[in-house]
Amino acid sequence: MTGSDERLAVLKTYKLYIGGKFPRSESGRSYAVSDAKGRFLTNAAQASRKDARDAVVAARKAFPGWTAATAYNRGQVLYRVAEVLEGRRAQFAEEVAAGEGLSAKRADAVVTQGIDRWVWYAGWADKLAQVLGGANAVAGPYFNFSVPEPTGVVAVLAPQRSSLLGLISVVAPVIVGGSTAVVVTAQDRPLPAVSLAEVLATSDLPGGVVNVLTGRTAELAPWLAGHMDVDAIDLCGAPDDIHADLERAAADNVKRVVRAPLGGEPDWTAEPGLHRMSSYLETKTVWHPMGV
Amino acid sequence: MAWEYAPAPESRNIARLRTSYGMFIDGAFTGGTGGSFKTVNPATEEVLAEVAEAGQADVDRAVAAARKAYDKVWAPMPAAERGKYLFRIARMVQERSRELAVLESLDNGKPIREARDVDVPLVAAHFFYYAGWADKLGYAGFGPDPRPLGVAGQVIPWNFPLLMAAWKLAPALAAGNTCVLKPAETTPLTALVLAEICQQAGLPPGVVNVLPGAGETGRAVVTHPGVDKVAFTGSTDVGKQIARSLAGTRTKCTLELGGKAANIVFDDAPLDQAVEGIVNGIFFNQGHVCCAGSRLLVQESIADELLDKLKGRLATLRLGDPLDKNTDIGAINSAEQLAKIRELSDIGDAEGATRWSPPCELPEHGYWFPPTLFTGVSQAHRIAREEIFGPVLSVLTFRTPDEAVEKANNTPYGLSAGVWTDKGSRILWMAQRLRAGVVWANTFNKFDPASPFGGFKESGFGREGGRQGLEAYLCAGDGRSGT
Repeated sequence: MTGSDERLAVLKTYKLYIGGKFPRSESGRSYAVSDAKGRFLTNAAQASRKDARDAVVAARKAFPGWTAATAYNRGQVLYRVAEVLEGRRAQFAEEVAAGEGLSAKRADAVVTQGIDRWVWYAGWADKLAQVLGGANAVAGPYFNFSVPEPTGVVAVLAPQRSSLLGLISVVAPVIVGGSTAVVVTAQDRPLPAVSLAEVLATSDLPGGVVNVLTGRTAELAPWLAGHMDVDAIDLCGAPDDIHADLERAAADNVKRVVRAPLGGEPDWTAEPGLHRMSSYLETKTVWHPMGV
Repeated sequence: MAWEYAPAPESRNIARLRTSYGMFIDGAFTGGTGGSFKTVNPATEEVLAEVAEAGQADVDRAVAAARKAYDKVWAPMPAAERGKYLFRIARMVQERSRELAVLESLDNGKPIREARDVDVPLVAAHFFYYAGWADKLGYAGFGPDPRPLGVAGQVIPWNFPLLMAAWKLAPALAAGNTCVLKPAETTPLTALVLAEICQQAGLPPGVVNVLPGAGETGRAVVTHPGVDKVAFTGSTDVGKQIARSLAGTRTKCTLELGGKAANIVFDDAPLDQAVEGIVNGIFFNQGHVCCAGSRLLVQESIADELLDKLKGRLATLRLGDPLDKNTDIGAINSAEQLAKIRELSDIGDAEGATRWSPPCELPEHGYWFPPTLFTGVSQAHRIAREEIFGPVLSVLTFRTPDEAVEKANNTPYGLSAGVWTDKGSRILWMAQRLRAGVVWANTFNKFDPASPFGGFKESGFGREGGRQGLEAYLCAGDGRSGT
């Protein structure tokens, strides 16, 4: 028997996050996750094609409600994510340190940047329409204005290296504008993503707005790229040798494609700019005549 | 008594038609390596001119000229000077507007009234608008020092030949890119006159190149390794092919593709105005409009009344000689397009919809299709789902606003939509829910250079017009992608 000061820890089962629930893979598969030095950490669910499709269905179902939420409300929910994350920083720092092989201090800094990134994006929710849209001075008696509107369901192949800050930096810009996301996590560093899903689940984010799949990126990506109910795809974490195939598949329904950054993962600590947000926004322009 | 219209034809001599046209490469008109083709007047089937067709070697030469002009002249030039070239072009388009309008009408088949009052004025306006942006790009919201992309390969359709050329060239040039433009094979002439205007305006050689040709030429342009940016307006099928052909490259791409827009009329709409809007929505430019209001969704309670009025109005439309200033409906642009319209309309009959056209005499020669509407159309019918790109309206009904939204959005396309109602709150409610890039409320088919245009879903991505239209031709100065 273990002594009272040698209590055996209760380990967490890392599962998928689909439609606000935490299922195992329908395939029953899992895969071993190791730390940066190759030591076994845990088993993660290995999502299947069916799980990916279920995640798309959940994201589509969540889209009308999320896009109809006021920008103020979306901003509050994103800020709430930062709040809850702040309260669990130790757990995230530990997972990031193990997965990315960082010192405790560096990992803690990454978590800090990740939390601040959520706050940065939270503040954008109710400013996008003013910054990206506005009134257009047309040559005639018409009121004409443009507003950015969410693209829809976005498949996100998360960065393979930066498992928390990189992940947040590609997911937050999708949902802040009102789109919903199906995220394939960093294949070998999936744990912060699963823990982030637990944060999302307790942050007033409606189920299905973000869905998280752990598993083999190269296996899941083609199904998402070719899925006719996915409106956009971020190729950030796609293996180099399948980029072209994914883009070809994405053309079948004219998906918006965010190509992987040139020269590998960017410096995620840099201020992101508008580009990722505007990649998942469509400009809608409305005309109405003026007269008495 | 019936008042007959006396014919009021515009003189075709105004078009200054030549027997042959070369391609425009590196500031000069030249023959090419791809042979030549004939462009015909679709209203008469007579040959208008022989046009040089660009082959692969010509595309290579044009891209090289554009690259050199980009590196040596256009990108390094002070932005204010670039802008002044565009202002010059805008003015010269205005000066030659009557010639351009007549030439457009001859080559395309559209009524002179539309070429004169819509196409050409919008062309000049588009150059004016983007001319002013050239030295203000740092204020456009793409970073403090946005940069051009390089050489733009641009492929445009036959429905608004000159206007589409302006939509492509003006923002690209203002942003500092150089251009290789391929006009459609059935309507190459006005783009070549625009090239002459560029020449007369003193635009440095290679900044704009115009390569007439068909699909093969277009493919050579968009897949050329020297092209940094592809912009395409045309069918969704070809747009998908282009997206596939660019897979795995770093070439940037914007696509403006097809549509199947719903024009939604509520029971409180001002019906006479709505009828004009419906007519304008689907019969403007013979329905050769990607954003045409090709699905009429009318609230059930007023369907009969609206259809009676609409039929009465259609009976007054004048179809015939496009150069006659009284003409409302011109010729279908090509035999091929006419065959497509006939095929889909026949499918409409076969699937059980009811076809109606006003009594309408079609000219003996040329390509013509009468204004047509189908009633009894269901959402599953092909005429309610596929883009016909002709003067054919499918009429469906709805009962509630929710049903109208659901039916309007039940399409892979998302380019435009129309809403007719007297209730302001309902307009905004509808506009918010319609998944389309342009929503016309109590109006339809209005265009302006300051107004962003482009689609949701399979109608493409990227916007043309407005500040947003610059994004396709810029990258942020800090190295991040602008598009």
